[in-house]
Amino acid sequence: MKVIEAENLTKRFGQFTAVDHISFAVEKGEIFGFLGANGAGKTTAMRMLCGLSKPTSGKGTVSGFDIDKESEAVKKSIGYMSQKFALYEDLKVWENLRLYGGIYGMDNKAIGPKIDELLQQLGFESEKDTMVKSLPLGWKQKLAFSAAIFHEPKIVFLDEPTGGVDPAARRQFWELIYDAADRGITVFVTTHYMDEAEYCNRVSIMVDGRIEALDTPKNLKKQFEAENMDQVFHQLARRAKRN
Amino acid sequence: MLRFLLEKEFKQFFRNSFVPRMVIMFPLTAILIYPLVANFEVKNVNLSLVDHDKSSYSRSLVQKVVASGYFNITNVASNYEKALRTIESNRADLILEIPSNFERTLVKERKANLMISANAVNGNKGGLGTAYLVRIISDFNGNIQTELMGNHGRMKIPNLDIIPLYRYNPSLLYSVFMVPAILIMVLAMICGFLPALNIVGEKENGTIEQMNVTPVKKFTFIVSKLIPYWLSGYVVLTIGITVSLLVWKLFPEGYLITIYFFATIFILAFSGFGLVISNYAITVQQAMFMMFFFVLTFIFMSGLYTPVENMPNWAQFISHFSPLKYIIQVLRMVYLKGSAFNELIPQFIALCGFAIFFNGWAVLSYRKSS
Amino acid sequence: MRQFLIFTQKEFFHIFRDRWTMMMLLALPIAMIILFGFGITTEIKNTKFAIYDPSRDMATLGIVNTMEKNEYFTLEGYVENPDEMETIFKEGKIGLLVVFSEGFYENIIRTGDAQVQLIADGTDPNTASTITNYATNIIIGYQQELLEVGEIPFQITPEVKLLYNPTMKSAYNIVPGVIGMVLMLICAMMTSVSMAKEKELGTMEVILVSPMPPILIVISKVIPYFVISMVNLMNVLALAVFVLEVPIVGNFFLLIFVSLLFIFVALALGLLISTMVETQLVALLLSVVGLLMPVIMLSGLMFPIENMPIVLQYVAQIIPAKWYISAMRDVMIKGLGFTSIIMEVAVLSAMAIVLIAISLKKFKIRLE
Repeated sequence: MKVIEAENLTKRFGQFTAVDHISFAVEKGEIFGFLGANGAGKTTAMRMLCGLSKPTSGKGTVSGFDIDKESEAVKKSIGYMSQKFALYEDLKVWENLRLYGGIYGMDNKAIGPKIDELLQQLGFESEKDTMVKSLPLGWKQKLAFSAAIFHEPKIVFLDEPTGGVDPAARRQFWELIYDAADRGITVFVTTHYMDEAEYCNRVSIMVDGRIEALDTPKNLKKQFEAENMDQVFHQLARRAKRN
Repeated sequence: MLRFLLEKEFKQFFRNSFVPRMVIMFPLTAILIYPLVANFEVKNVNLSLVDHDKSSYSRSLVQKVVASGYFNITNVASNYEKALRTIESNRADLILEIPSNFERTLVKERKANLMISANAVNGNKGGLGTAYLVRIISDFNGNIQTELMGNHGRMKIPNLDIIPLYRYNPSLLYSVFMVPAILIMVLAMICGFLPALNIVGEKENGTIEQMNVTPVKKFTFIVSKLIPYWLSGYVVLTIGITVSLLVWKLFPEGYLITIYFFATIFILAFSGFGLVISNYAITVQQAMFMMFFFVLTFIFMSGLYTPVENMPNWAQFISHFSPLKYIIQVLRMVYLKGSAFNELIPQFIALCGFAIFFNGWAVLSYRKSS
Repeated sequence: MRQFLIFTQKEFFHIFRDRWTMMMLLALPIAMIILFGFGITTEIKNTKFAIYDPSRDMATLGIVNTMEKNEYFTLEGYVENPDEMETIFKEGKIGLLVVFSEGFYENIIRTGDAQVQLIADGTDPNTASTITNYATNIIIGYQQELLEVGEIPFQITPEVKLLYNPTMKSAYNIVPGVIGMVLMLICAMMTSVSMAKEKELGTMEVILVSPMPPILIVISKVIPYFVISMVNLMNVLALAVFVLEVPIVGNFFLLIFVSLLFIFVALALGLLISTMVETQLVALLLSVVGLLMPVIMLSGLMFPIENMPIVLQYVAQIIPAKWYISAMRDVMIKGLGFTSIIMEVAVLSAMAIVLIAISLKKFKIRLE
């Protein structure tokens, strides 16, 4: 079953075409990697899928809803974690989780137990009453991810979720992503780290607003006769004319 | 949904080290200190005296001047140039120069002159000080005439009593004038400034984008932002009314309910204005500058300090666009004249107009997605 | 030296490339001088008045006519009965009600006992006392005119000379104050905010580890604001002279000298604030609460210091703008020379030296 579909999705800002007729589909439960150099158009494409930005032309559906006309319905079925850390720093850990649970219409009584359960899974019970601003970055990101999937969305969009943290924290973060995928949540993730690309079920690589390659990491490496995703990426990135 | 957002806003509100303190301290200090300072009253005018005559008339005139209570004789100079030095160094505001042979001239030639020079840099003080002095001289003149002409003169110069009375503020207290206006200034700061800065702050931190991908309706989000500040507005208003009662013995002649009713419309209008600013500003700094500029304009064009009628025509025209003008009028009228709703209909219409205009603009200029 | 020039250039780029900051720096002073210059008018004109006059004889009509001709007053109409007085005041239509006693003229002539009540709307005490004063003088004048059948003997005529500001325009009083406020705002507030911005962005650290001596860093940060302050000073003076028609009576160079001194004080204050804060927001709030409010309220800009409670009068002495405004009034409006402002110059110089010393010391401490 396809949960994300894009058909000739395009976004122009004046003369500049940020996203140029991209088409792809993502299956349920898949971890879909969305790769590209800075300025290739990843974030713009993702913002369109989340209903934050209106497409100039083309069509897209997320969880069966049209991203242009039914963006409010789209928002109910997704979770989103932005590039910039966006939890409230002056709220405590449990207060942030409670807020997002409440916003997505979870039952008031169900929220409390769910918070405890989640924090226990994360091994984070002791920090329940900690103010978010005093957490280390790695933990903040794990918390932001947990908040994004707290309401059990069908799809979660992650925009460069692991920027600036150490390799150990990144590995832990990806364990959380696998857990979520196991529970049937589709994961749509943009990243710079090519080792992370290897963890994805399928990967697309954007160059200058277009999708230049889309397949499993294994097939891509075969296709480009490369040893790892890093080499695949470099071969493609060399074609870029922007920047 | 609103409930969870409100929970968040209130927690953030009370956790902020600055905002709750400001909500309490700002109205308190403003209402306590401002009326002490904001005072154009002319009293204790310093007088430099140059008496070339030193006659009994000149002495009794000087006595009369001192007895009036308006003037302090801070300097007695031997000539005008020396007296002028005291004006230059701000030790005196007025010079009264009595020419030599003043008494003799008056009796012999049946008329005489006196010279008054005023420091008019502060036109208000110079003008009023001079007017007081002229009045005293005219009184003195009446006495002299009676004395010199006896009963015969008394008949020929009829007495005309001019009695000034001041409605609503018989003792002309400045605090009575300023306090209602200050209440509004404080209200404007708290209900317009703070929510706008708060929203722009979320923009800058990127948390607003996180909210934009949730099913939260924009309307709900904004209302959750405004409610804490609306409530603070009422708290501030109540503190202000209580303090002005306790300290300045000022209680509205009209109904309190009228004040709260109009304050509600004003709060709505002004928080709408704050929202408009928050839609256009990208950083907190920009929002502050914009707010600063507009609030300053609104305040100065509102008649807070000096009556709108005295401004040049173009400024009077601009003043129609200051919501503060109408609400300040309402508060002063309710406080001092006991005006009721039926006397405040023009202000009611104007304020409703502002509320609709600003909130409508805020809704139209807001985009949840670009 | 080359480093220094590059740093200064960088500061200018920051300012010129940010449209908002630019507007704030150049347009705000202009807006402020116009708002304050015209918005704070203690002059009275066109006060609406109404008449209650049971007799309507030649004396009352004469008084009403003279008042109507006067530019201070505009006749709104007649009130027919005492009840109407209440409503006309409540609706705020008039500022003054003139009530004549019955049989006014007859009583003047026969018994010499006639009464005029001047009932003013006391909401604004200043306006109320000014208009009753004007009205009183008009009536006294008319009274003399009326009785000019034979000249009144033993008349004392006061010759009034209004020094420095014969037309009593309030702009004369306000303009020197607004200049002080604008300079304080631009120099102190903008300097502190721009320093705080560098701290927030972390670029301050980069600059501090550069081989440039801290004193030069500070100077390079401050120079653009100094230049902009001079531009603003000229703008505001030009507006004062050509738009508000407030002349510069005294020596122009003396005026510039005092202004320069004040700009140094303000820049030092801005620097001091920036050493105490970490964020732009706090810098801004601190500048508004700690600098702008005292300047507006306590410096004598609008409200005469001598009217304040004694404690606040003492507080006013430590506000630099108080001394600057006093000096500006002396030079610009009164046309006095240097000897008259020695005190002000001395106080401002002392403040400048102390403030610069403290803020430089504090700035160095941050480096260690």
